[in-house]
Amino acid sequence: MRAVAEPILKLTDVTVQFGALKAVDKVSMSLNAGERRAVIGPNGAGKTTLFNAITGTIPPTSGRVVFDGVDMSRMSPQGRAHLGVARTFQITNLFGRMSVIENMRLAVRGLSPTKFSFFGTDDLTEAQADDVRRALLSSRLDGREHVVVKEMSYGEQRQLEVAMALVGTPRLLLLDEPAAGLSPAERTFLADIIRALPRELTVVLIEHDMDLALGLVDYVTVMQNGVVIVESDPSSIRTNPLVQEVYLGKPHAVVVPGEGNADA
Amino acid sequence: MTSKTSTTLRILAGLAALVLVAAPLAMPTYYVSVATQILIFAVLAMSVDVLAGFTGRTPLCHGAIFGTSTYVVLYTATVMHMPLPLAMLLGVLAATVLALVFGLLAVRTSGVYFLLLTLALGLIVWGICLRWTEVTGGENGLRGQLRAGLMLSTRELYVAVAVVVALVTFAMWRFVHSPFGLTLRGIRDGESRMASLGYNVPLHLTIAFTASGFFAGIAGALYAVFNDFVSPSTVQLSQSVAGLLMAIVGGVGTLFGAFVGSFIIIALEQAVSSVTERWLMVLGLTFIVIMIFAPEGVIGKARLLMAGRGQSKTKP
Repeated sequence: MRAVAEPILKLTDVTVQFGALKAVDKVSMSLNAGERRAVIGPNGAGKTTLFNAITGTIPPTSGRVVFDGVDMSRMSPQGRAHLGVARTFQITNLFGRMSVIENMRLAVRGLSPTKFSFFGTDDLTEAQADDVRRALLSSRLDGREHVVVKEMSYGEQRQLEVAMALVGTPRLLLLDEPAAGLSPAERTFLADIIRALPRELTVVLIEHDMDLALGLVDYVTVMQNGVVIVESDPSSIRTNPLVQEVYLGKPHAVVVPGEGNADA
Repeated sequence: MTSKTSTTLRILAGLAALVLVAAPLAMPTYYVSVATQILIFAVLAMSVDVLAGFTGRTPLCHGAIFGTSTYVVLYTATVMHMPLPLAMLLGVLAATVLALVFGLLAVRTSGVYFLLLTLALGLIVWGICLRWTEVTGGENGLRGQLRAGLMLSTRELYVAVAVVVALVTFAMWRFVHSPFGLTLRGIRDGESRMASLGYNVPLHLTIAFTASGFFAGIAGALYAVFNDFVSPSTVQLSQSVAGLLMAIVGGVGTLFGAFVGSFIIIALEQAVSSVTERWLMVLGLTFIVIMIFAPEGVIGKARLLMAGRGQSKTKP
């Protein structure tokens, strides 16, 4: 499964420390271009913090994040976005008072100098409009352009999260629990959207729902307490005793993995 | 149908504005003077609104930026005998540069910290104007002959100011509705998302702050010609507060609300001052009433009521 080609994303001993707490502790990981990877683990395992270290929202305390040969460990989030790193947020992070198309305009202009038009009209260029149309189509929001975001269903808001990350042709897409809080039907719908993403796009997915995650990815990284404990392909992850113990609970104790949002 | 009614509504609003602007010309000169002041302060309030309403950062230093322009215009024109257009240009330039410096210092903060930092920066300007007596004239301020030099009657000056204000208003309207304006609203509603989309948030905020200072500087330069006098009271905190109150009373984030706010506060001040000396008390009460009954400002409230009637409207 693992190719020998130069990895597109390489983490080396990435550590994120908050005071005495090491939320992410010497995590090393390497992804090939076009790979689909899930990062799973119980609440507080450090999954979202790892995302923040990759996207620059919280730069790593130590360790290196190399994307396509560029060491971006110390780069700002916007600098990393310009390299082709896009993300969605676990807690919906949209412009609620604006319409879908306005959200998309902001997304598509983020990487374009047209954002510095001070007195021009708010219309998109033809290429940008095409890009937006394509992203809305992939996330199945076509026809919803003029709806105000806060008036959409939660499921549609999650779709918009994905749509905003898809414009500007990213090369690495980080999906932070894209299906969190969705109904089973909506989850299936969102899984279809993710499955239909262009194959050359590298996708990292944080997901609590094991069934959803394992059906979407080529490879799985399991974290606990900030450390990677298992890396394996989806077929053997369920039978891995270590995963069963930390993720599903020890056999003798009935522990239900939480659905909460309080990922440290 | 909605777009048709909104077009008609826009034309009607435009005509009403034109009539309102022309109305003072038929009144005694005292009212023309008050109207001139209302227009000038509306520009100041709009410049505050660019930051408060569109970036979500409420500044308390725009009186100082405005007044700096007034000082520079009066000093260069009266003391250095520069031609008025050049003096006004330098006044606007000084305000813009000051705003750039303030912006660089303030944009990494938000909320109360932004408010207090800009307040402190404004106080520094006030302190300099008060103490640097050989240039600013200290408490006595600077008096000019700008209006006499222009040989404009009160009415002619009003028309000239109205034309400049109309142009500036149009420019600011384009500004807040441009791609850059949308960026500012994005920053207001979600900074972390904007950064992950590739926006350099501090850079955009610095540009917005500088542009806002540029517009406040234009208001300050007009005020120099209108008032022919500047003293530390022009750059003091209450001036910044007045600009902010006008923006809030009219409706933060509405831009044109600045005209309503400026009208309400200046007209009220003129009316109340002729009856009692307790103007500030009346201002305080007005502010409380607005905060209770229309916290989104007069224009904001009107928009909400209109949106309530036509539920299908999706425009914010």
